[in-house]
Amino acid sequence: MKRKYFAIPYAVWMLVLIIAPMILIMMYAFTGQADGAFTLDNIKEALNPVYMKVLLRSLELAVISTVICLFLGYPIAYFLSRMPARRAAILSMLFIVPMWMNFLLRTYAWMNILDTNGLINQLLVALDLGRVKLMNTQGAVVVGMVYNYLPFMILPIYNILQKMPKESIEAAQDLGSTDRQVFTKVVFPLSIPGVISGITMVFIPTITTFAISRLLGGSQFMLYGDLIENQFLSVGQANGGWHVGAALSFIMMVLVFICMAIANHFDKGEENGGTMI
Amino acid sequence: MKSKSSWGRNFFIGLMLLFMYAPIIIMIIYSFNASKTMANWGGFSLKWYEALFSDRDIMAALEVTVTVAVLSSITATFIGTAAAIGIHSMKRRWRNAMMYCSNIPVINPDIVTGVSLMFAFSLLAVPQGYTRLLLAHITFNIPYVILSVMPRLRQTSNSLYEAALDLGAKPSVALRKVILPQIMPGVISGAILAFTLSIDDFVISFFSQQGAQNLSIYIYSLARRGINPKINALSALMFVTVMSLLLTVNFLGGKSSPEARKKRAQKKEARIARKAGTFVMEEN
Amino acid sequence: MKKIALLLTAVLLAVALVGCTGGGGVEKTMSLYVLNWGDYIDEEILEAFRKEYSYIDVHYDTMTSNEEMIIRLQSTDSIYDLCFPSDYIITKLIKQGLLAEVDTSRLTNYGNIDKRFLSLEFDPENRYSVPYHWGTVGILYNTTMVDEPVNSWDILWNEKYDDQIYMYDSVRDSMMVALTKLGYSSNTTDEAQILEAEALLKQQKPLVAAYGTDDLRDRMISGSGALAVTYSGDAYAAVIENPDLDFAVPDEGSNIWFDNMIIPKSSKNVDAAYLFIDYLLRADVAAANASYIGYSTPNKAAMELLDAEMLENDVFNPSQDTIDRCNAFVDLGEAEKLYHSAWTRLKAE
Repeated sequence: MKRKYFAIPYAVWMLVLIIAPMILIMMYAFTGQADGAFTLDNIKEALNPVYMKVLLRSLELAVISTVICLFLGYPIAYFLSRMPARRAAILSMLFIVPMWMNFLLRTYAWMNILDTNGLINQLLVALDLGRVKLMNTQGAVVVGMVYNYLPFMILPIYNILQKMPKESIEAAQDLGSTDRQVFTKVVFPLSIPGVISGITMVFIPTITTFAISRLLGGSQFMLYGDLIENQFLSVGQANGGWHVGAALSFIMMVLVFICMAIANHFDKGEENGGTMI
Repeated sequence: MKSKSSWGRNFFIGLMLLFMYAPIIIMIIYSFNASKTMANWGGFSLKWYEALFSDRDIMAALEVTVTVAVLSSITATFIGTAAAIGIHSMKRRWRNAMMYCSNIPVINPDIVTGVSLMFAFSLLAVPQGYTRLLLAHITFNIPYVILSVMPRLRQTSNSLYEAALDLGAKPSVALRKVILPQIMPGVISGAILAFTLSIDDFVISFFSQQGAQNLSIYIYSLARRGINPKINALSALMFVTVMSLLLTVNFLGGKSSPEARKKRAQKKEARIARKAGTFVMEEN
Repeated sequence: MKKIALLLTAVLLAVALVGCTGGGGVEKTMSLYVLNWGDYIDEEILEAFRKEYSYIDVHYDTMTSNEEMIIRLQSTDSIYDLCFPSDYIITKLIKQGLLAEVDTSRLTNYGNIDKRFLSLEFDPENRYSVPYHWGTVGILYNTTMVDEPVNSWDILWNEKYDDQIYMYDSVRDSMMVALTKLGYSSNTTDEAQILEAEALLKQQKPLVAAYGTDDLRDRMISGSGALAVTYSGDAYAAVIENPDLDFAVPDEGSNIWFDNMIIPKSSKNVDAAYLFIDYLLRADVAAANASYIGYSTPNKAAMELLDAEMLENDVFNPSQDTIDRCNAFVDLGEAEKLYHSAWTRLKAE
């Protein structure tokens, strides 16, 4: 038996549960509820100004969260990469451990802290400073996102910094570069593929998250994920929700594929598959 | 100068670790709070743990989560490893096409994958509940297994495999005795990755089916009702389990620097080659 | 490598452990998929049912709104055997032919139901539904934070309570508040009126701390809000836990609702569904359930078992005056879309 036939089970699987479902999304997105004929109405509906506003808000929060993750994650990865190997191994492990807990438990953890009667407010009240509104704000959602996805930023950057040949740094130092020059001229440019893969690993889940905004944002403002969920679980099949929901998903898909194409353009390096372990 | 900067560095790392762990530690502390609200400390109590263990729904959800994680990661590892071997031996054009399609669930937002699976399951009349959940998890797990096996396959020396064939080993035997041992680390890390992704998933499970409740879905329905000390207790247990698992592994695994590991890997490769050789001799 | 192998072994051991604790006991010969609202049953009753009928494998799912519920039932591959939707949803489900007829002769405790709650508008011949609980919608408020009398929906637009107001995260209930305040029917299909209500809710949004569902009760108990739109049963339970709270059904009127047990036509475990319905109709069970969840019960035999104190409570047992002020929702047909888009726009802003 030829080795390539080994891929047949997966090829079948892929056809039925990866490719066909994608086609179904497009079918629902481009057909009408009543007659099943081709139409652009769902896409038009999905692009109406109110929904665009939601999209912009989601993008804004995703960008803010990604930038914060980058500014926190890069230094962490950098410091870790310059530590003795054993210590770095333990510390990087420590940054990953929370990831092994359930995603919803990690989000829920912040409800304890940010709630009106949560830890921070109790401290403030004890100090006679009065309460602040933390829960049900966009800030709370950003905190939740940063907390959940920070390790995804640290890992790829750490992996690449750790593999960086010590010689190139030493060479630069020997040539009289200052620490700052070594960083800006050698270390950072070499680490760009890690940064790109970190950015995509944080950015994509953050634009479409919906549990975080529901739990920490108090359903006050919808994010794009909520919009999709709302079409499927509140508007429903009978009211055409599957079609509009599919159109919204389709737009999101196109957007993500554009982002990936841009990222790939910057990063010609190899696939960064199992970076989580 | 140097010590000062390293003080700053340690402070920063410490602060970030505090950011990562403070929420967890607070959950653990409050899981022992006798009072239901966080507003006051009602004294030390284990009642939330009792409540947790007597809650059938949580236990059922835990069972669903764990069995789906095990079954889906094992199935995905078999299908994915076979697929990776197959794809690797394909012509470039086919290989790229396969990899491109295979990466769709990796790149796609979870919500889109979940919705698309819901459409497909409903069209194919797949039974609601557990079956769908399991199929969904296998589907999003396979690509990750392939992604972690592929780099290993690229590193395997084809000459070793061909040598085995030249010496008269059947392709299936050569595959089992030569290729598989070489890609094993990738297979295992793929399996573990699949297992963790399955445990962690919420969005795809939530959208692709109804009727089967895993931990994520259950916690979501609880957390929507506000703070619940039972969830704190559950988190504490999960955290302790994960932490002790990792510590045990680290402790038993002994001290190994990357260099030592590399050397060990080299030795191992030599051993595999030797084993394949002897095996082939025996076959002859 | 070795580490990974160890980890795998540990994981497998853990699985084996879970497997062991999961197994054992009576063999399950029947399944029952229940879809209910959150906090809408005394968990001990559920547990007792599971013990008594240990051969039934009960799967219990919760939802937070009627809309979510109907969508699950409408889906072509719904798995549920028993569900607890409200009046107007039942109308819709009957229209769509999704409900199985209920054979009341199979329910030994059917006679416990107060005739007042039978033959209501949504199911005049009681062919498809069995009453479960009923109640009203009103304002739950904290008397230490609100010093004026709460008798009008207007208070939810009072800027004094900026960020201390909780609204209900469900289309019909929140629209009802706005429509009633405007003096319109909460069942209006007039687009202009719906848009006006939407504008009113939009105007209110900056004052709203959060749109919640089952979480509102706890939030009010913990004192993190001054005013919340809630269902009467949640209010009843909240007042018990925090005596500073009180509940009012505004003078302009409100919504009265009747939740019923129904069996979807697609149910594959009808026998188990009948057993559970009959169990919930048992006088002692219904009484225990009502006093736990705090919603009014249509079960006459159960009412007789309840404390006088409970029966005198106007939240649990609303006066005729209150009932007269309230309207039930009706199915809006096509106009429902207008409500959904208004709501989506409001939430998206």
